[in-house]
Amino acid sequence: MPTNWNSPADVRAALGDAGYLADDRIAQVVFLATRLDKPILAEGPAGVGKTALALALAEATGRRLVRLQCYEGLDEAKALYEWDYHKQLLRLQSDEGAQWDDLEGDIFSEPFLLERPLLTAIRSEESVVLLIDEADRVEVETEALLLEVLDAYQVTIPELGTVEATTRPIVVLTSNNTRELSEALKRRCLYLYVPYPTIERERAILEMRVPDLPEQFVDRIARTVASIRKIPIRKAPSVSESIDWALTLLALGIEELDDAATASTLNVLLKYQTDIERTAKELSLELDAETQPE
Amino acid sequence: MISALTEFIDELRAVGIPVSMVEAIDAAEAIEFTELGTRENLRATLGATLIKNSRHFDAFDRAFDVYFGLEPIGEMEEGSQSDTPSQGDVWAGGGPGGGDALLDSLMDALLAGDGDQLARLVSNAVDRYAGMQSGRPVGGRYYAYRVLRRIDADQLLERLIATLGSSTRVDSIEERIQRERAEALVQQVRDQLEQEITGRMIADRGRRQVAANRRLPLVEDIDLMHATRLEIAELERAIRPLARKLATRLGQRRRRGSKGRLDVRRTIRRSLGHGGVMLEPQFKPPRKSKPEIVILCDVSGSMATFARFTMQLTYAISAELAKVRVFAFIDGLDEVTGYFSTNTDFSDGLVAMSREADIVRRDGHSDYGRSFTEMWERYSDAVTSRSTVIITGDARNNYRDPGLEAFERIVDRSRATMWLNPESQRFWDTGDSVMSGYSIACDSVDQARTLRQLEAFVERATLPTARRPRVGV
Repeated sequence: MPTNWNSPADVRAALGDAGYLADDRIAQVVFLATRLDKPILAEGPAGVGKTALALALAEATGRRLVRLQCYEGLDEAKALYEWDYHKQLLRLQSDEGAQWDDLEGDIFSEPFLLERPLLTAIRSEESVVLLIDEADRVEVETEALLLEVLDAYQVTIPELGTVEATTRPIVVLTSNNTRELSEALKRRCLYLYVPYPTIERERAILEMRVPDLPEQFVDRIARTVASIRKIPIRKAPSVSESIDWALTLLALGIEELDDAATASTLNVLLKYQTDIERTAKELSLELDAETQPE
Repeated sequence: MISALTEFIDELRAVGIPVSMVEAIDAAEAIEFTELGTRENLRATLGATLIKNSRHFDAFDRAFDVYFGLEPIGEMEEGSQSDTPSQGDVWAGGGPGGGDALLDSLMDALLAGDGDQLARLVSNAVDRYAGMQSGRPVGGRYYAYRVLRRIDADQLLERLIATLGSSTRVDSIEERIQRERAEALVQQVRDQLEQEITGRMIADRGRRQVAANRRLPLVEDIDLMHATRLEIAELERAIRPLARKLATRLGQRRRRGSKGRLDVRRTIRRSLGHGGVMLEPQFKPPRKSKPEIVILCDVSGSMATFARFTMQLTYAISAELAKVRVFAFIDGLDEVTGYFSTNTDFSDGLVAMSREADIVRRDGHSDYGRSFTEMWERYSDAVTSRSTVIITGDARNNYRDPGLEAFERIVDRSRATMWLNPESQRFWDTGDSVMSGYSIACDSVDQARTLRQLEAFVERATLPTARRPRVGV
């Protein structure tokens, strides 16, 4: 593994330079992943920076990021490789007198192969960061596709043989935990649970992402958001939403972040009307006419 | 290290966390790359290699603290308890007024964030008040309780709030924030106390014993009918992804051959680009299946806790699927779909339902027969050949008429009928349970005492493609 990280502290510093604040646990798991050549499975609520971790890893290592966005219905042809039918057909038509044996070997060869993200990552000359985003979205059957790649870093193409990775990619899978991933997949990964950040970490993130934010706002925002996350609502505010909130407060030129200011901007933090009402009730806020339902 | 690791893994398995051989080897290998100077590094390494489900981290942390916890400062008293305060008290005073002085010192340490001082103070308090004795057959919670009673955690909280809340500008959010800060500090004391007591008990009884005593069931093994308030909160967090899964499973057509019919027009159109060779067959998009779900839920007293989960499941399902109708019953039945629509808050809906829904007719004891009859008479239009009926209840009918005739009519009209019973299968058909009377007609009957069983049910729950002929009784 051509990363020159010798300790989790190095990882932390490198990620920090790439604009990602890793805590000790994240740094330790990333360090292990590079040492043991294992994929990282990052799980946690939406919007806590799981995908951002992969992006930052790419930047920190100076590698290319190959991204496979998962969705229901993703299949081999979209994840691994596909034969270029059109090109194959043109080849056949352009050479009608030729022997089949020659042609067959010809049309099932490199120039007719369409690479998809997994194969790209495996065949790349320089090692890459492979991000398999929202792995919980694919069906259980499709998950099996990933196993060969994650296990041995190879892809088997029946017509060509097995393609082995020349360089080991750093693999990050993310999951929003909408369903349990299979045991087989989990066994191959290092598991990294990314919860909502602690108040201290959220403060640091806010300071980095919204540098103009007055100091007293930083603490208040971090603590208010942490408090709202304890209320049982449908969609708790994520880190990106607390950053949005900070930006909104700045844009509106709000000077004092009190109950009234919070109540009037609660809709930036929460996405459902029922959540806004519930939260206002819990925090004893008066909603003004604007945020009231029509 | 290896022997500590294998013992630790044994403990995880004993709690019910599946740790495979491969994962155990990974953990051992990963330790080589772990700076063992701080415990948290080791915790991160073992957590990443041995635990693959976020729900298992609580149990993992509990076991970790026993096997790799810090050494306690003090130790357990040998023989009889001595009343003389141990030497080197770190808070001023002592004697009868010692409690207040301790409180002051704790406040100072907490507000200054001085962890070492806090540890010394707590250790001292344990020396004085816990009365820990070697070999005494009581759990750590008893000792912690004894100390906390003397420290007076409530007073500590109030005083912390008063100190933190000194800022001039006080609004309701500020107040809440300060309360939470104070609570977090008090929690530090509790955690430190638990660590100290656990450490001393380990020295006395050994890790294996202490770990076994402190074991808590995993979320998926908690009995749904008798969950405590804390457990309920944890369960509710776990139930949402499960509901989404159930909704997609019920909405799924059988995957095989689900591409839809060949679209001849588009195939020919597409073929023009290749000189009329039909290279890429085009398919019509598969018809979206629109499953209709009808849920009948026993919400009587004995089922109260379980009903809360089924309602939660229902609430989450109705967010995913359009056609869901929910009926609650005790000895009468009423439609409660409106209380759990997407634009209501779940707890509000639950409160409104129990206040307004017309589900108690006589004495408030379950009457399945009457409820099914009402269902058939008043809402038979809700059940069609496309609907899946899910019934949740213990089938304890208080020796009343089970109303099999109405029940079978409902079943016959539905596409599939599934029954979830939160009672242990051993007790079905005992006493006033008439489970087997109903189960003959159902497509599936499952015991759903724990989240694990509920998950297994969801895993299997796909709709039969065609209605199976049923033998009438």
